[in-house]
Parts: sequence; structure tokens; C-alpha cells
Amino acid sequence: MEMICITCPKGCTLKIEQNNDKLIVTGNSCPRGVVYAENEIFHPMRMITSTVRIKGASIARCPVMSSVPVPKEKMFDVMKVIENTTIEAPVQCNQVLIHNICDLDCDLVATRTLKKL
Amino acid sequence: MIKKDLVIIGAGAAGLSSALAAYQNGVEEILILEKEEDAGGILNQCIHTGFGLHTFHQEMSGPAYAQKCIDLVEQTPIEIQTSTMVLSVSQDRVVTCSSSKYGLQKIQAKAIVFATGCRERSRGAIQLPGTRPAGIMSAGTAQRYLNIDGWLVGKKVLILGSGDIGLIMARRMTLEGAEVVAVAELMPYSNGLPRNLKQCLDDFNIPLYLSHTITDIKGHHRVEQVVLSQVDEKLQPIAGTEKVFDVDTVLLSVGLIPENSLLEDAGAVLHPRTKGPIVDERCMTSIEGIFACGNSLHVHDLVDFVYAEGQRAGKAAADYLHQIQPADKMIDVIAKGELSYILPQKLHPSDTKLFYRVKSPLKNCTIEISCNNQIIRTLKKPALIPSIMEEITIKKQWLDECDGPLVVEVKA
Ligand SMILES: Cc1cc2nc3c(=O)[nH]c(=O)nc-3n(C[C@H](O)[C@H](O)[C@H](O)COP(=O)(O)OP(=O)(O)OC[C@H]3O[C@@H](n4cnc5c(N)ncnc54)[C@H](O)[C@@H]3O)c2cc1C
Ligand code: SF4
Repeated sequence: MEMICITCPKGCTLKIEQNNDKLIVTGNSCPRGVVYAENEIFHPMRMITSTVRIKGASIARCPVMSSVPVPKEKMFDVMKVIENTTIEAPVQCNQVLIHNICDLDCDLVATRTLKKL
Repeated sequence: MIKKDLVIIGAGAAGLSSALAAYQNGVEEILILEKEEDAGGILNQCIHTGFGLHTFHQEMSGPAYAQKCIDLVEQTPIEIQTSTMVLSVSQDRVVTCSSSKYGLQKIQAKAIVFATGCRERSRGAIQLPGTRPAGIMSAGTAQRYLNIDGWLVGKKVLILGSGDIGLIMARRMTLEGAEVVAVAELMPYSNGLPRNLKQCLDDFNIPLYLSHTITDIKGHHRVEQVVLSQVDEKLQPIAGTEKVFDVDTVLLSVGLIPENSLLEDAGAVLHPRTKGPIVDERCMTSIEGIFACGNSLHVHDLVDFVYAEGQRAGKAAADYLHQIQPADKMIDVIAKGELSYILPQKLHPSDTKLFYRVKSPLKNCTIEISCNNQIIRTLKKPALIPSIMEEITIKKQWLDECDGPLVVEVKA
């Protein structure tokens, strides 16, 4: 089987062979490709990026991301929480906004520094 | 008149990295001019991750990457003037700009770096048929509205063009609750990165119609329907293949064009293919002391390459200011065969790199570098696609022996 590693923009084409329970991955340029292939076959995971409302900053939305990839089928659950979140300026890039979002062992972090006006 | 060693136009990734490199190479008075309220450029609206693996060894969102660059600049005496629009630049390097804070200013620069980014092709540029209702805009405009201002521009969306911005907006709008009914692409292949096809379309079962285009848009005040038709090899619509979609929004992701109106007015020679200036390996344009980098030189898909190009331009500007001259000999670089373009178009003999893109997806490629019909080097590539920029390392000694243009040809 072939798949494209989406972990980084390099987008390596991974070749995957199944040997009993073990996967043999080739074509990856770094070890993260192997982790990606294993996840993609057994439980696909995705990073989430979005924005939350912010009050008191120069712009209306603060960009956010999940600290780690979340199960693909939980993406819309996380989006629902994000949609209902409003924060106050100031916010620091990498600041945790929500701990353990949807009990997924994943935090929601800000990806931009926005000063208070 | 204000005097500066180096004026940089644009505070995106290219402008910021060129300023840092110039500073690290000993340039003292550096001023960056930026028309927006915040530095960072297009990165500020690219909230997805996938930035910075090469430069900062971590995966960041666009705004986080921009922040990192801004933080580095703020640790130096480099000055950034935001909300300042550059209006014109003359051949003798006088920059005229206007800002709410300082009014109209004229600045005499010893060297200038253009890092003005690119703009999106519009509806006019691709001659879209149909009525002109509200609800048609470029994907980048929709991205800015959504990610910075918080406005979702539509509920049922069709995207024309499969460039990365279109693909990323397909996912983004789906996650925000809109329904993206289709992405249509005129060419028989996508112009987007393979990873974006997978994580933006396949993940959400959004269909990609290759070899399709819009043949009609209906609606009075707002878009109501869009008609897609398949196209033949000559890219002409085939009658009888029409598919009708009920949508309220059409996003155009039909290509980016380097923003060079100021540079062109200053008299720099542009390249017909890249739409950016013709440069040498120092990123110097046809005007002495004026450099260009980033998306205003040629459209990039990875910010790390933009950053690296900014660094080269900044270092070259520093060398120029310190009167470090390259060799007298100048060699033209000519792209042949399946190459869409190659950059730089001129070289002084030095250890350097060439950057190129192919016109269409190719397998089992041979790249021949030759001079006066003498092959200098032959390289092999298993596959090349237009959405990925490739590089070739060039050695000074090859160029020392050249007595004519360097020809680079890609054969499938
Ligand atoms: C939608 C999108 C998604 C992308 N996704 C990725 C990705 O996932 N990973 C990745 O690595 N890269 C990605 N890229 C590519 C990369 O981020 C960009 O190519 C890069 O940030 C461009 O930097 P730049 O400095 O050349 O241009 P810009 O960021 O556009 O900066 C140009 C600046 O010049 C200013 N300017 C222009 N004219 C004037 C004037 N007359 N006076 C004053 N200021 C002026 C503008 O306001 C702007 O701030 C993406 C690009 C886009 C558009
Ligand atoms: S294997 Fe490594 S280098 Fe290749 S796409 Fe995946 S993360 Fe990137």
C-alpha cells in the first residue's frame, strides 16, 4: 500500500507492507513518517487549527491549534468547543487556552501573541 | 531627506528574514516599511500548521511563524514602520511612502530589498462567464475574512482552482460548518501539494473535478447556481457535460502573481513567466542595488524557502553595501524542455543554487546542465510535479569554464 505522509509539507510517499502484525514502512524521510503510517492504518489522527473569539485585541479572532493530533472522528466535537469559546486579550503565542479539550489528552493553544488595546 | 543604508519593502517572511540577514552581516541602518497594521504578511491569515520545519525545527501555524520572525527582529535595532504604504521607488533608490503617523516621506536608500509578496488572480483575469452577483471572491480574501475578522463568507461553496489556498479553505470552511460541494480544476492534475489534497479534500469527502471549469454562474443579488463543464485537451468546455450545483458562494483559487508594480515602474526588467524581476544569484534585479525575494520574486509554496531566499537577498545587500563585488563574468541561465522556469536567470561564477519548476507532472526525469552543447552534469529525478519547487547545486568551477549561456533542460 502507498500513502502520502501529511505530517509536514514535504509530503513523502510512504510504502507500507504488512508482515503479520508489524508494519514495514519505507519512503519516509524522517521517523515521523513511520508513526504517521501506523496511526493512519489503526487510528487516523489530525491536527486541528481554527480561531476563537477574542475581546480587547486589535483583531476579532485569535488563531488556535491542538497541541497534538486528535482522533479524526473527534474533529467536529473539538470544533464545537472552539466555536463556543471567547477569550480576553492579552494572549501569548503558545499559551494554553483550554486544558484537556474533550478529554482527548490534548490542549488548545493560542498561535499568535495579541496585546490588550 | 531621510537617509538609510537599507530599506526593505514588505514585512512578511521574506522582508523580515532579509532584514535579519543584513543586520547579521553588519548593515547598521535598516528600515522595513509595511502597509498593514501588523508585520507578518500573508502568514497572519494562514492559521493552519505546516510552517517552520526547516527553519525553526518545529511545526507552527502561520501567525506563530510570523511571531517568531518578528521577535527575532525586535531583539535588534532594525526599525519596522507599519501602516506605511510605499508609493514609488526611483532608479537612484529614493523611496516615497505615506503613513498616517509620518505623512508623506522620502527616503534615500543605499540599497533596497523588495519583499512585497504576491496577489491573487481575480475573476477578470480568468474571464469567468455568467452574471455578477455577490458571493464570488478569491480564496485568500475569504481566508482573511474568516481567520482574522471572523466572518464565514458562505454556507454552500464551490471552489474553482485546486491551488493550496483553495484546498485549505475547503477544509477550513467545512470545519466551520459550511458545505463545500466541489472543487473544480481546469487542468487534468491539481496544482496543490499532495498532502493538502489528502487532508483537505479526501478527509471530508469533498469531490475534486479535474479537467472541469465554470461555464455559467446564475443569480441576481447573490450567487444561486453554478454550472460546471468538463473540458477537452484544448481546455475547451465539452457540450453536454454540464453539472449544476446550488451554491451561494464561489471561491477562486486560480493562481498567484508576484506583486511588482512598483519595481516595474522603477524600470526593472520582469520575466514573462515568473512575473517577477530578472535577478542574478544575489537576488539583484536589473537595477543596481535593488534586490527582490520571496513571493514578489516568484511564487513559493513553502515559507522556509521564502525565509532562505530572504536571507540570501539580505546577505547580498550587505555585501553590496560593503562593496564586495562578484566576478565580472556574467552567464545567462536558460530553461529548456519541460521546465516552466528557472531562477536566477543570470549567474556570476560562484557556488550557488538554481531553483526550478516543471510545466506538468513528469516521471523518470533527466536533468541536463550544459554549455555550448557540452553536457556539464546530468541528474535523475524519479518524479517532478509543478507544485513542488526543486533545486540544483551549482559549482563555481563549472561556471569558470563556461563561455556561453548555461542551458538547463528537463526531459521526461
Ligand atoms: C494560503 C497560503 C497557504 C500557505 N501555506 C503554507 C504552508 O502550509 N506551509 C508553508 O511553509 N508555506 C505556506 N505558504 C507559503 C508561505 O507562507 C508564503 O509564501 C510566504 O509567507 C510569503 O512571504 P513573503 O514575505 O514573500 O510575502 P507576504 O507575506 O505576502 O509579505 C509581503 C508584505 O509586503 C507588504 N507590501 C506589499 N506591497 C507593499 C507596499 N507598496 N508598501 C508597503 N508594504 C507592502 C504586504 O502588506 C505584506 O505584508 C502558504 C501561502 C499561502 C498564500
Ligand atoms: S516522513 Fe517525515 S519528512 Fe516525510 S512528510 Fe512525513 S514528517 Fe515530513
